[in-house]
Amino acid sequence: MNDLIPKLPLAKYIDELVVWLTINFEWFFDSITTILEGFVEGLVALLTFIPALLLIAMIGFLAWKVSKWRLTLFTVIGLLIIYNLGYWVEMIETLAIVLTAVFISIIIGIPLGIWASQKKVVKQIVTPILDFMQTMPAFVYLIPAIFFFNIGVVPGVVSSVIFSMPPTIRLTILGIQQVPSDIIEASEAFGSTTSQRLLKVQLPLAMPTIMAGINQSIMLALSMVVIASMVGAPGLGTEVYRAVTQIKTGIGFEAGLSIVIIAIVLDRITQKIGTKK
Amino acid sequence: MDEKTIKIKVEQVTKIFGKNTKQALQQLSNGKSKQEILQNTGCTVGVNQASFEVRTGEIFVIMGLSGSGKSTLVRLLNRLIDPTSGKVLIDDQDVVKMSKEKLRQVRRKKISMVFQKFALLPHFTILENTAFGLEIQGMSKEERQKTAMEALHLVGLKGFENQFPDQLSGGMQQRVGLARALANDPDILLMDEAFSALDPLIRKDMQDELLELQSSVEKTIVFITHDLDEALRIGDRIALMKDGNIVQIGTPEEILMNPSNQYVERFVEDVDLSKVLTAHHVMKRAETVQIEKGPRVALQLMRELGISSIYAVDKQKKLLGVVSAVDARKALETQQSLHQIITTDLSTVSPDTLLTDLFDKVSEATIPVAVIDDQKRLKGILIKGAVIGALAGNEKHINVWNEKQDVNNDKPKVVIK
Ligand SMILES: Nc1ncnc2c1ncn2[C@@H]1O[C@H](COP(=O)(O)OP(=O)(O)O)[C@@H](O)[C@H]1O
Ligand SMILES: [Mg+2]
Repeated sequence: MNDLIPKLPLAKYIDELVVWLTINFEWFFDSITTILEGFVEGLVALLTFIPALLLIAMIGFLAWKVSKWRLTLFTVIGLLIIYNLGYWVEMIETLAIVLTAVFISIIIGIPLGIWASQKKVVKQIVTPILDFMQTMPAFVYLIPAIFFFNIGVVPGVVSSVIFSMPPTIRLTILGIQQVPSDIIEASEAFGSTTSQRLLKVQLPLAMPTIMAGINQSIMLALSMVVIASMVGAPGLGTEVYRAVTQIKTGIGFEAGLSIVIIAIVLDRITQKIGTKK
Repeated sequence: MDEKTIKIKVEQVTKIFGKNTKQALQQLSNGKSKQEILQNTGCTVGVNQASFEVRTGEIFVIMGLSGSGKSTLVRLLNRLIDPTSGKVLIDDQDVVKMSKEKLRQVRRKKISMVFQKFALLPHFTILENTAFGLEIQGMSKEERQKTAMEALHLVGLKGFENQFPDQLSGGMQQRVGLARALANDPDILLMDEAFSALDPLIRKDMQDELLELQSSVEKTIVFITHDLDEALRIGDRIALMKDGNIVQIGTPEEILMNPSNQYVERFVEDVDLSKVLTAHHVMKRAETVQIEKGPRVALQLMRELGISSIYAVDKQKKLLGVVSAVDARKALETQQSLHQIITTDLSTVSPDTLLTDLFDKVSEATIPVAVIDDQKRLKGILIKGAVIGALAGNEKHINVWNEKQDVNNDKPKVVIK
């Protein structure tokens, strides 16, 4: 159909770029792999070290702290179901991956969001990249991730980070820019420095919005668990993936249900933290 | 405080919003109008070559319709907005040329601001809000809370320190805004439509309280409003703005009585004079007799002036009562002193009583109502016809004051032989 203009060798260029990066930045990817692996494994070790029932009680207590008894009840019963179905360890592996991915999203996303909220140029560069990150099918990130980080938990975490970071950045920018201009003016009029304005005025006022962004990031990271399992990330996703390939409806449902329970618990708890004064 | 010292001096300050400010500035100096410049360059003239001085301790009101450049002008004073050209001198230091650090110090110590929509921090308590400026300065928690409490006390908000802004009414929130500004103990208060968001009644209370507060704290206040009544009530002097230009600067009386052009005239036209003019403005000279002089002198004075009663005062001009010609003649025949025959139940008002508040007294009185100051000295009297004439805007019946003038000056019209 397109004879006059030859097809752009985009695929070839991308492949070459990935190979070049893999070779020249091996030290970089290797150190990231070591750190992330250590982090996730440490988290898993910690969470499995705590007896399951104690951990359920602790999470239940957290739910009770930020919300009412209803969420507490749901949390405790939900987690007990997961425990009962025998997916406890898988659940913890999934939790560890999600928390790690979200943690990275936060430590990169919030400063980036703050920076973009202060400098127009930064925002103009960041916004299209975020659009790109969110609309590119998540599967596509898996391929280079395997090159850079081999298979296992790390490429899973990395692709989850890429996929889940945009809402945190976006809502940080939004939250800061939504602070009423007269309040900003007031802080300027009383002689604030830029960092005083940011720490005492903008960030506290933006906090509910930023928390909403983090909440969305958690949900997106959770939605990546099955995809991440395709590159070898352990956890509930692996169970779902295996059930699909072996056409085991029952097991697929059990693992899927466990993911839903975790999603609801995480969603409600973080939402409540966000809206609390 | 020395009345003459100048706190703020603004020289030819101009603010143009937009990209082609150079071109716009050029056209502005060629005398193009705000609309023309907007069309030609896409720039908005916020403030055009404004010059004025604010004296120490004065309440300087900047008044104008919405969009006339008031907010822009007041923000040029603390450089929340950078001027395109011109000078802003505060205590002889040019704010425009200041380094960021120096400017920050000025904002922290010298100038505070009160905002139309209060601009309080919703996550801070009232006390924390009040202490905000002090916190920014790095004052210790204990010290700033103590200072903030004093400021809250000053605005009558003691007991509310642990509430949050959304638990308070608008009027109370603005008191917090005021307390926050006062807590820094600045020389200058900038108030941008500070009372415009409040209900009329609360607004009036706040105006009164500001005036009362001002008499004790003696700040230099630049007060922005779009409301002429408010401007006349609280301003020592008023600058009137239109399309970024200052069209007239003067005392409330000067603005009212001598509008410098049609624009000001139109502005002033609708003013409810009864809420602006005071007894001071409409009183007439009262004919008096010193009580020791006795009935004979009183009678002679009345005869020469062609009046049927006269006010009796003591040596300090304190009002003692009134004597009618009939009574004076009777006293003369019966050898009584003036003390014995004066009528003492006169109705009186103070010079700053508004006309709306003295109508009833004036219309009921059979003898003209006497205007007396707080030492009971007779300043003048209110004649029904003159009060009505003043209300109708007849300038003949309105006294334009400066400090030294007095209707009852010491020189009597009639010299007694
Ligand atoms: N940041 C801005 N950018 C562009 N134009 C502005 C800006 N701020 C104010 N203006 C314009 O400057 C003029 C004066 O506005 P302002 O000072 O807010 O008036 P006022 O306070 O008297 O209502 C208006 O025409 C307004 O549209
Ligand atoms: Mg304004």
